[in-house]
Amino acid sequence: MIRLAWLILRKDLTVEVRSGEIAYTTLFFAVTCVLVFAFALVREGRPPEDGAAGILWIAIAFAGNLALGRAFERERQAETLRALLLAPTPRPAVYLGKLLGIVVLLAGTEAILVPLIALLFQAQLLAHPFWLSAILAAGTIGFAAVGTLFAAMLVRARSRDVLLPVLLYPITVPVIIAGVRGTAALLQPQFEGDIVRFWFALLIAFDAVFVTLSLWTFESVMTD
Amino acid sequence: MTFDRVSVDDVSRHFGRRRAVSRVTFTVARGQILGLLGPNGAGKSTLLAMLGTLLRPTSGSIRFGALDVTTGSEALRALIGVLGHDLFLYPELTARENLTFFASLYGIADAPGVASGALERAALIDRADDLVSSFSRGMRQRVALERALIHQPRLVLLDEPFTGLDDASTAALVTRLKRLREEGAIVVLATHDLDLAEGLLDEAVFLRDGRMVHSMTRPDALRSTYRSVMTGQP
Amino acid sequence: MPKWFLRAAVVCAVMFVLSPFVIANADYESTMGLVQKIFYYHMPSAWMFLVAGIVCGVASVRFLISGDPRHDRTAWAAAEMAVIFGVVTLVTGPLWARRAWGTYWVWDARTTSSLVQWMVAWAYLILRRYGGPGSDKLAAGLALFGVANVGFIYISVNYWRTIHPATTVVPKLPFTMGFPLWYCVASFTLLFVLLLKMRIRLEEQRATLDSLYLSLDEQH
Repeated sequence: MIRLAWLILRKDLTVEVRSGEIAYTTLFFAVTCVLVFAFALVREGRPPEDGAAGILWIAIAFAGNLALGRAFERERQAETLRALLLAPTPRPAVYLGKLLGIVVLLAGTEAILVPLIALLFQAQLLAHPFWLSAILAAGTIGFAAVGTLFAAMLVRARSRDVLLPVLLYPITVPVIIAGVRGTAALLQPQFEGDIVRFWFALLIAFDAVFVTLSLWTFESVMTD
Repeated sequence: MTFDRVSVDDVSRHFGRRRAVSRVTFTVARGQILGLLGPNGAGKSTLLAMLGTLLRPTSGSIRFGALDVTTGSEALRALIGVLGHDLFLYPELTARENLTFFASLYGIADAPGVASGALERAALIDRADDLVSSFSRGMRQRVALERALIHQPRLVLLDEPFTGLDDASTAALVTRLKRLREEGAIVVLATHDLDLAEGLLDEAVFLRDGRMVHSMTRPDALRSTYRSVMTGQP
Repeated sequence: MPKWFLRAAVVCAVMFVLSPFVIANADYESTMGLVQKIFYYHMPSAWMFLVAGIVCGVASVRFLISGDPRHDRTAWAAAEMAVIFGVVTLVTGPLWARRAWGTYWVWDARTTSSLVQWMVAWAYLILRRYGGPGSDKLAAGLALFGVANVGFIYISVNYWRTIHPATTVVPKLPFTMGFPLWYCVASFTLLFVLLLKMRIRLEEQRATLDSLYLSLDEQH
């Protein structure tokens, strides 16, 4: 099953590298989002305190939502999702492959966003790179785990574009809270290790529970 | 695990109040080509989706040999090849990449080699490394057909395969289907094209509004039969 | 409708009509005064909101496992109950809070978690309404995730709250679990059961109508 997930991942990455559609649009959207926040919140050249963490995660949430929608829309157009479901691949492998693709895409976006936000909002985001990466990774996986399942479920539904955020955001509230507070704790002048570790542990627990649940229900929600 | 016949037994499928397929029964055995004939909305695509394990019947049963389609779906899927209306190809990948991907997905050893062989059969080996998005409809159809057959399936399902094809491609497809029949595959084909179907089909099932209104073995004079069947009875 | 329904409905209506009198005769709570009496409606509806969420979650899981449409109907009805009782809770709560502590909304763990879970229930209904065919399975998946999330939401909101200096913290007030409270709990429970039954019945009748349509089609 891992082999098949990897196969699907590689295929998605090849397609993406060729067309670049989702990567570029997601990245551009995320950057625009950050700029809008900057214009909205920076007063007289001074950014709000502690704003950086929140803005980072909001940008990730919005960009992630967009990327998820686009990724599955593309599959829908050529009905290739159907082709994947017709093959004798176990459904969880399809889920896993798609999930990893989204995580890679978001990771790339975050790599651009973090320095950008650190710059625009004068926040010391890069002070603790190890912990920042850990929090970002765990949070992104949690967000993408739920998002991939919902986006796949919604492929055949009507109003799918507007339904994805409606379903996704309430469920990923813990991820946003943990991500923002964990990142904010990293920005404090005094490094508060306990707090960071707590939020990181929460994110890991969330990931474990929801990836498992998604793997378990993917088959059931994709068959008619 | 293999099977010699596909039996569709009193199968219905509805979506809310809309009955897409209503109490259809037929059997098709190895080395036979069965045609599903009927106007748009007759339920041909829905029936094919059920045969391909994508949809479950709301009543009745579909059996592959002795095995019901709702159990053991995963193993069965390895024996089914589908050529859908939407071709199931990734436009951003080359023909070779598409075929290699699907070959690997079906667990075929030496996927690149098999893909090359398929491209030769489709007479597209010189365009193998061009993106599918640059192909004409006929060329895409050929790649899609090879994709559907790459794992040598026992059951081949085709949904309107002759749409948009020129004469040469059509003839090639007909030859390919006849060869499949000789090799012992089971072929179920949904089509509008009655003239083509006439020389090709061993069995014909006429569908209207989801219902099976007629069936024939060794069909001939398809066009007149079709007309009388579709307009005569209520 | 089953025979007991009408009788139960009458009983429920009478209980609600009498409830203001029962509440008025309850002990006067010294710290907060008259306003505290909102609690007698607030608490039972909060419990019904919780129960509705649990029923929806359990029914959704059973639906995902078995595919039996009865569970789906129960889940949908329970989600509606969750939204309704959630609204009552989320309106009576702030009304009480305004009078008792001066602000409508405090971002404390329980209130905020309830709000988030209420939004999940609302998202469930939006999905059922606008999702098109196949949204029964999708909604069941959403409900499952919503239920699995309860612990995470509570913990994250709780710790999100307490790290910052608290502006106001809702104190855990001891209430005498007296007769008025149980009376209201009984009334609300009865109301919940009646509404749930009515809603499920509506879906059952829709399903019957669909199958009648389908079999009519077959007569030709």
